[in-house]
Amino acid sequence: MSVTSFATPGTGAAPRPAPEAEGRAAGTLRRLFRSPLSGALTLVIALVLVAVAWPLLRWAVIDAVWYAPDPAACRAEGAGACWAVIVEKHRVILFGAFPYEQQWRGAVIVALWLGWALLTAPRLLPLAVRLGGWVVVFLVSLVLMRGGILGLAPVGTDLWGGLPLTFLIFGGTVAGGLPLAVALALGRRSDWPVISFLCAAFVECVRGFPLLVVLFFAALILPLFLPPELTIDKLLRAEIGMIVFFAAYAAEAVRGGLQALPDGQEEAAKALGMSYWLRLRKVVLPQAIAVALPALFNDIIRAFKNTTFFSILGLFDVLGATKAALQDPDWVRYGLEGYLFVFLLYFLICTGLSLYGRSIERDNLRRLRRAGE
Amino acid sequence: MTDIAPPARPPRFARLRRGGPRAALWQLAVLAAVIALGVWLVANARAALEARGMTSGLDFLFAAAPFSLGEGFFSFSSGDSYLSALGVGLGNTVMLSLVSMVTATLIGAVTGVAALSRNPLAAGLARGYIDLFRNTPQLVQIVFWYTFFTLMPAARDAWSILDVAFASNRGLTVPAPDDRETLALVFLAFCGGLLLAFLIGRLARRRPADPQRPRRWTGPLVALLVLGPPLAVWLGAGVPLGWSVPALGKFNFSGGATLSPEFLAIYFGLSFYIAAFIAEIVRGGVQSVDAGQVEAARTIGLSPGSIYRRIVAPQAFRVVIPPLAAQYVSLIKNSSLGVAVGYPDLFSTSNTALTYSGRTIEVLVVMACIYLALSVSVGLVANLFNRLVQIPGR
Repeated sequence: MSVTSFATPGTGAAPRPAPEAEGRAAGTLRRLFRSPLSGALTLVIALVLVAVAWPLLRWAVIDAVWYAPDPAACRAEGAGACWAVIVEKHRVILFGAFPYEQQWRGAVIVALWLGWALLTAPRLLPLAVRLGGWVVVFLVSLVLMRGGILGLAPVGTDLWGGLPLTFLIFGGTVAGGLPLAVALALGRRSDWPVISFLCAAFVECVRGFPLLVVLFFAALILPLFLPPELTIDKLLRAEIGMIVFFAAYAAEAVRGGLQALPDGQEEAAKALGMSYWLRLRKVVLPQAIAVALPALFNDIIRAFKNTTFFSILGLFDVLGATKAALQDPDWVRYGLEGYLFVFLLYFLICTGLSLYGRSIERDNLRRLRRAGE
Repeated sequence: MTDIAPPARPPRFARLRRGGPRAALWQLAVLAAVIALGVWLVANARAALEARGMTSGLDFLFAAAPFSLGEGFFSFSSGDSYLSALGVGLGNTVMLSLVSMVTATLIGAVTGVAALSRNPLAAGLARGYIDLFRNTPQLVQIVFWYTFFTLMPAARDAWSILDVAFASNRGLTVPAPDDRETLALVFLAFCGGLLLAFLIGRLARRRPADPQRPRRWTGPLVALLVLGPPLAVWLGAGVPLGWSVPALGKFNFSGGATLSPEFLAIYFGLSFYIAAFIAEIVRGGVQSVDAGQVEAARTIGLSPGSIYRRIVAPQAFRVVIPPLAAQYVSLIKNSSLGVAVGYPDLFSTSNTALTYSGRTIEVLVVMACIYLALSVSVGLVANLFNRLVQIPGR
């Protein structure tokens, strides 16, 4: 059967003239008022935006009080947002209850994390150096927080708090969770039914619980189930809950990557006489993780957002520390500004993470396309 | 008939035998280790409970609970049993989740379609919304909304919204129908009718339509099924029509219904956060429809509205269901964050119950099982629905 088409090309119709070149502004304007409906929509949205944005701008910027050692300045007639609360409380928000004269240690940790993140973001260094650097940064952060050696005063985990604690929780979750996730994913795809059943049951159960339930299990019940001589720090217990929860989700992402791998890859490696572990390390995992990376990055970003759950357990991550800072009766009325600051902080970090994830994804696609040629 | 040998059936427990004796030994060892770990943990817990002189068991569920709960869809006062406290918590969680799901789906659908709009202002606004709410922790959003409402001016300086609704530090006071129980029944009857009409529609479509006898009665029948039951309930209840509109008195409002800051915080936090994810799913679903189909539809002269309704939406709908169900499950699980603002959902109710009863393990296990059951049942319903709406295999 021949392909029939209603269009008859080349029947003598005059070629359409090339569209006139138009400026950027003119193009945007044309798209804003493409049709009467679109034009009306533009006008309505613009009206609402102006009606909302102007008072908001006045409150947040024009009438705002930026610096006031005394909250009375914020109470003045017509005063807008009281950002002074951030200036006043920034030490508590950023470092929690960490001893005041030792807070430089927290500042060093934050600088290390942000610095190494910025330095490795362009991916100029080899992967091993980047990962090794993160391990060093993590260990140095732990030493700086704990103290007790190198002449640093020891600080108990009950005093840890703020942004350094948030970073440590996040780093520990990803570092502990990823290997567990790979193990669970491999186990779930195992030929051995006992292993695959146990892994599947574990993953599905944990995924069926809210994170809060997992954290409560780890923080409240775990000590009951361990012998009394084995006591685990509360922070560490909560961290175990975070790791387990993250691993259950990440395992599904890794499993997706494993499933996307054509059987031929593993069969070819087997035919070459490679052992199971060698196949895993050289053939299966590098490809599976590359495929799973977008999904994994979503889980990693969620792990960062989930660090806030520690505040419900009474630990002082950034949110918990902010909550504590805003208990001050002088500043309690400016809670909104305090939480907006935390909101902005998380927004910046999560946006950075998600941009980084997208750039890795683009890189991978480019490499795959090159490999396909 | 020539006899055909039945296909060779794999030997029983074939999977268990795979890999030879070495594999079997390894698996036995793992199984034994897991069981030993379980026994060891339980033995430890037993010893710990005995050392503290605590008893275990679920009998406490029927004892009177010495606490009362904040306001939710259902309320609980002290003296009732722990079991009914957990029931109230579960009811609040389910109602809160349902209301938030509907809100999140509506906002998400509109935002997702708007993000693809050719109007740059609408698309930019939608993208901004998605980025802002996706890239911040849900708990921060919930705490933000809670602070926002509790720091509102007192009732006498309330923000008036067109003089029918008022926002103050007591929450949001809105007009409400007088007879709310009947209205709830009407709504349930409406849902039942909708389900019935859907099922009958599926059954009817199984048989190919007879071209000689076109089904002319389907339209009226669907209308009757969907609108009949709620109308009957409403008429049966005596046609309640009264609405109470709040009015600002000297210190407080009279009339209307007040939504507490706790409810608003968790409701906004759940709805707006999940809506951003649903918007991304909707956007992906719409984009998954082959561009050639839209072009073809445009070529045969369908209007943009009909293209969306007849070509894009039905196909996007099928793609969207599985990830949407995952978001619903995530919404239900995250409704446990109500504990952060003191909304009496299942989690915070259990939290209170375990403080008062001292039965940490029992309460946590019961609560975890309920959450697991909720997640699993949403997954099952979504699977069933997914199978119903998929195009039959070709």
